[in-house]
Amino acid sequence: MDTSRLVRVDEATWRLEPEGPMRVPAIIYGTEDLVRGMDDKVLEQTRNVACLPGIVKAAYALPDAHWGYGFPIGGVAAFDPDAGGVVSAGGVGFDISCGVRTITTGLDRSEILPVVEKLADALYAAVPVGLGRTGKIKLSDAELDAMLEGGARWAVSMGWGDPADLERIEEKGQMAGADPAAVSRKAKERQRAEMGTLGSGNHYLEIQEVAEILDPEAARVYGLVLGQVVVTIHCGSRGLGHQIGTEFLREMALAAPAHGIELPDRELACAPLRSALGQRYLGAMRAAINCALANREIIDHLARGVLRRMFPQARLALLFDVSHNTCKLERHRIDGEEKAVFVHRKGATRAFGPGHPDVPEPLRAVGQPVLIGGSMGTGSWVLAGAATSEEKSFASAVHGAGRAMSRHEATRQYRGDRIVAELKSRGVVVRAPSMRGVAEEAPAAYKDVDAVVAAAERAGLARRVAHLRPLLCIKG
Amino acid sequence: MAEAARFEHFVHGADIGVRGIGPTLADAFAQAARALTAVMVDPDRIAPREAVPIRCSAPDRETLLVDWLNALLFETATRHMLFGRFEVRLEGDRLEATAWGEPIDPARHEPAVEVKGATMTELSVRPLPGGGWLAQCVVDV
Repeated sequence: MDTSRLVRVDEATWRLEPEGPMRVPAIIYGTEDLVRGMDDKVLEQTRNVACLPGIVKAAYALPDAHWGYGFPIGGVAAFDPDAGGVVSAGGVGFDISCGVRTITTGLDRSEILPVVEKLADALYAAVPVGLGRTGKIKLSDAELDAMLEGGARWAVSMGWGDPADLERIEEKGQMAGADPAAVSRKAKERQRAEMGTLGSGNHYLEIQEVAEILDPEAARVYGLVLGQVVVTIHCGSRGLGHQIGTEFLREMALAAPAHGIELPDRELACAPLRSALGQRYLGAMRAAINCALANREIIDHLARGVLRRMFPQARLALLFDVSHNTCKLERHRIDGEEKAVFVHRKGATRAFGPGHPDVPEPLRAVGQPVLIGGSMGTGSWVLAGAATSEEKSFASAVHGAGRAMSRHEATRQYRGDRIVAELKSRGVVVRAPSMRGVAEEAPAAYKDVDAVVAAAERAGLARRVAHLRPLLCIKG
Repeated sequence: MAEAARFEHFVHGADIGVRGIGPTLADAFAQAARALTAVMVDPDRIAPREAVPIRCSAPDRETLLVDWLNALLFETATRHMLFGRFEVRLEGDRLEATAWGEPIDPARHEPAVEVKGATMTELSVRPLPGGGWLAQCVVDV
């Protein structure tokens, strides 16, 4: 990104004052290396978001931001319904409520390593991955609607999850305000046989070891112990979310002129929060959030079944479950006044700081866990929401490494079987349905996740708690 | 001389662009569909065993391209099929097509990635200066 037009506010904050149709400034968080490495399109897209009606404070791009469709991925923007604010399907993304959950096991790596290949086979057999694999669960129309209203709470009520998990999921496992009637027949049809499936692309299930602890007090509160093993799952709302994203993006783009909204880019498609279309999207999007929460709960349940069978001594407990593609109504302080605004986080994780009432009580003193997925070679991070995140970014932090190389380029440079062999020599066992898929997800195709989380810490969005190193990766 | 029918991919950040080129607009749409399939699997490895009819309509050509590709993704997801051969007929704002393919066999097809949706990013449907048509957009993977 060309930084010549930006004002550098501090080491990790860059600012573009409003110009032309911009209603608020654009703020980019990141170290000089990361910001210079971003595509110019990230600034263009952040500037476009700053032009939308009812936006408050600023349009933000986080240290992992990259060129998305309409909104940048790694973007945050909040809208005031009282000031003509909008909701945008492109500001949430196709994979609604895609997110990450991490489960602590109480197992030491030494208990896993002798049987890691067997564990990989068992997990790969238990969790359907990749295109064309369906789950064992097939839902009737009534069950689909119950799932869309109930989220992880529904999954638990069906016996696919532990009731104790619910406290450790955003919205306590059930997003309020979901409207299954706003979800199309097509979207429901795509989901009927997809519950408990991981999907593909950058989605995964990993067994990881806690490789480094940077904040011992937060790690203690989170139940993270050096050398112990955790399970991390990254996936979203599957076909249902994709279909809702597709349908509303189209409808919002075509309806924009009727709503008096001029779009600098069609992909910014949005509708006033106080319009029938805006309300219908919110109802459908919240139903998709519940679908993602239910899906992760079920995948977790399948993985725990395998772990309990192989390691009866395991003490399995959910650390936390975050979503990083959402729009949520939240209260934030804006110009000294608390206001209810709709916060879009696209490729951004909510990161409530210490003491926030929506952080589960046992974790509240240190702040909300922020779970960051890296590539299958480099590992992942657990962060804690920083006290300053509220002021900096509507309490939001990064979501992952972000790609550094296109899929096409990755398949040109790498071969899946060689990557699997190389990772095995480094102590990471991989199972995947497609070697081309593995090549596209080559560790070198991603940015340095360590640099991204360090920048998030410097920018005051979140604090680093622990680094997780993969031992086993089930790749979608 | 109009462009020969072909497809290609183009780079877009984390995602990928699909582009169909052909002597007619309908050919370009059919090639864009092959490009979409090629994001997931090699289209030449799909046997044309079953024919699925697809219909859509849209207020403009660009939206029609996105609708066409998304209709194929819907059929892929709900029929658990892959499609490698396409016949497209366009009339005004309406598209009628036949897609030929077969059920997904993960072991044989080795699908690399699932496409979540066709987007309006880099969306363009236009005649080429030397004759023929181009139809393209970015798909989210």
